[in-house]
Amino acid sequence: MTDAPPPIEVRGLVKRYGELTAVDGVDLTVEAGDIYGYLGPNGAGKTTSLRMMLGLIRPTAGTVRLFGRDPNVTAVALDGVAGFVEAPTFYPYMSARRNLELLAAFDGDDATQWIDSALDTVELAGRAGDRVGGFSHGMRQRLGIAAALLRTPKLLLLDEPATGLDPAGMRDMRLLIRRLADEGMTVLLSSHLLAEVEELCDRVAILRSGRIVYEGTIAALARGAGTVYRLASTDDDRARAICAAQPGIADPKVEHGRITFVADEAAVAALSRSLVEAGVLIHELAPQTVTLEDLFFSLTEGDGAAAAAGPESQAAVEAAP
Amino acid sequence: MSTLGQAPESAAFAVPTVSRRPGIWDVYRWELVKLRYQKRTYLGLGAAVLVPLLFVVAIQAQPMHHHHNNFAFSDYLTRSGLAMPLVILLFGAVWMFPLIVALVAGDIFASEDHNGTLKTVLTRSLGRHQIFAGKALVAATYAAVAILLDGTVAVVAGCLQSGFNSLQSLSGTIVSAPKGLELVYVSLVVYLVPIAAIVCIGLLLSTLTRNSAAAVVGTLMISLLIQLLGVLPGLGGIQPYLLSTQFNAWQGLLRTPTDWAPIIQALWVCALYGVPALVAAFLIFLRRDVAGG
Repeated sequence: MTDAPPPIEVRGLVKRYGELTAVDGVDLTVEAGDIYGYLGPNGAGKTTSLRMMLGLIRPTAGTVRLFGRDPNVTAVALDGVAGFVEAPTFYPYMSARRNLELLAAFDGDDATQWIDSALDTVELAGRAGDRVGGFSHGMRQRLGIAAALLRTPKLLLLDEPATGLDPAGMRDMRLLIRRLADEGMTVLLSSHLLAEVEELCDRVAILRSGRIVYEGTIAALARGAGTVYRLASTDDDRARAICAAQPGIADPKVEHGRITFVADEAAVAALSRSLVEAGVLIHELAPQTVTLEDLFFSLTEGDGAAAAAGPESQAAVEAAP
Repeated sequence: MSTLGQAPESAAFAVPTVSRRPGIWDVYRWELVKLRYQKRTYLGLGAAVLVPLLFVVAIQAQPMHHHHNNFAFSDYLTRSGLAMPLVILLFGAVWMFPLIVALVAGDIFASEDHNGTLKTVLTRSLGRHQIFAGKALVAATYAAVAILLDGTVAVVAGCLQSGFNSLQSLSGTIVSAPKGLELVYVSLVVYLVPIAAIVCIGLLLSTLTRNSAAAVVGTLMISLLIQLLGVLPGLGGIQPYLLSTQFNAWQGLLRTPTDWAPIIQALWVCALYGVPALVAAFLIFLRRDVAGG
C-alpha cells in the first residue's frame, strides 16, 4: 500500500431537499482493494449519496473525495472511476456499440480499444449492432457494466447491479465483481440482495434514514450483535424466569415454542448450571446462526440499531431518532 | 455472462489519471452523430428544403396579373430567382425559422433528461462546461445549416423558375446577378444573428424546463410574443429593440449605399437577448442536480 489517498473518503455528507434530509452526515472510507457493501432500505439515502460521490448532485454540506479529488469541483476526480446509479441509461436510438463508442470518446485515452472485450465480458457481442431501445432491463444492466469497464476503472461504484438479471446472470455478475476485485479494483456495491453482499463484501455500511447506523466488517457486526441462543427444556416457564434473572443474558423471549436470548459463551455456561441446579433439564441449548439479513433488519427496523451495533464493532454508530 | 471474457487489466494502485483528455470537439462530433439518428433533425431540414420549393410551385400556379403584392422584392419574384431567398427570409421570420431552430436547440438538453442519459455522460471524463459548449455549438451549427440550406434551395429553385437575373435593390438601383448572389449570402449570414439569439433562448428553455416539447413550443411562443409586442398600439417606440425587428436587419445590405446601422443595431440588440439567455442556461446546467434517470 502506498500513501495514496483512499478511493473514497466521505465526511459529514448532507443532502437536504427543503424540509427533507435525504442524507444526514454520512462518513465513509473505502480503502483500496475493498469490496464495500452499501446497504439500506428504500429511501435510506443510498442512491442520493452515490450521486453525490459521482458529482451528479451537490452536497448541502460535507465533502467527497475520490482518490483525494473532489468530483463536485473537477471532472478529473472521476479519472479511474466508473459505475452507475439506479439503472444504467443509454441513447435508445443508437446501437449498443455506437453508445459505447460515444462513451469511449468521452473517456479519453484509447478507451475505444476496450469496446470489444467489454462487450465480450458481458456477453453482448452478438447484440452489439442492435438498438438499445429494444434491450431488456437485464441487457441494459450488462451494457452498463461494459460501459464502466471501458474506463479501466480503479474504483467501481455499482448501484443494484444484479437488478433485472436472471439467477444465472446474478451469479455471473457476482463472479465478475469478484474477479474485478481480484484484479485490484475497489468496488462500492449498493445492493438490496443481502446474500450477495454477504458473499462478496469485506466491509459494509448500513444506512437508515440518511444516517450510517453501522460501518465495519460483517464479522464485527455479528460479534457486536451478540450470539442468539435457542433453549428448550422440561419447564420453559421456569427456564424463562431463570434466564431473565441470570446476569449476561439479554432479551429472553419465547419464539416458536423455544426460548431465545442473546448472550456470550460464559453467560450460557453459567445459565446451564443455574438451570440444572433449579431442576430444569435441558433438551436443547444451541447458538443460532445470525445472517446479515437478521443484522440488517435489526439495524434498519424499529429501534434495534443501538442494540445490534455493540461496543466491539468499529462503527461510528449513531442510532436514528 | 456465463463465460467471462477478458476485462481490461487494471494497473497497480495509484491515483489514476487520464493522459489524453476528451474535449469540446469530442462532444461536438458526437452530438452531430446523435442528430443524424433523430427524426426532428430531418423534420427541420426537410422544411427548410420544402418551403422554397412550395413557393416556386405557388408562384407558377398563379397567373401573372396576380403578382402585385406589396412586400419587399415580391414584385421581382418572377423577374429574378435571386428574389426568392429574400422573400422567404421575410416570411420565415414569423414562425418557420424560429420553429426549425427550436426543434434542435429546445431539445438538445431536454432529451438527455427524457432519456435519463445525463448521468451517463456526466460520469465520464468531461466537465459539464465542455458538454454544454459542445451541445450549444451543435445547436448553432444546425441553425446555420438550416438557414443556408433553405437559402441555397431558394436560390436554385428561384433561378430555375425566374432565371439568374439582376436584382433591383430597395433603393431602386439595379444590382448585377453575381453581385446579387453575393448579397443574398451575406444577407443569410446577417440573418443568423437574430437566429443565434433564438438558439440561445431555446437552449435556456431546454435546460430550464427539462422537457423537449415545452422548450420547443416555449421558444416559438416567445418569438411570436415579441412580434406581437411590435404591433401593439402605443408600443412603436420599442420596435427597434425587439428581437423580431432584427430579422429585417439584412435589408440594409440591399440599399445603395449599404445601410450598416440596422446590422450593427441587430448585433447588440440580439446580444442583449442571447447572451443573458446563454449565460443563464450555462449556469443552470453547471449547477443543477442530476437526480433523475
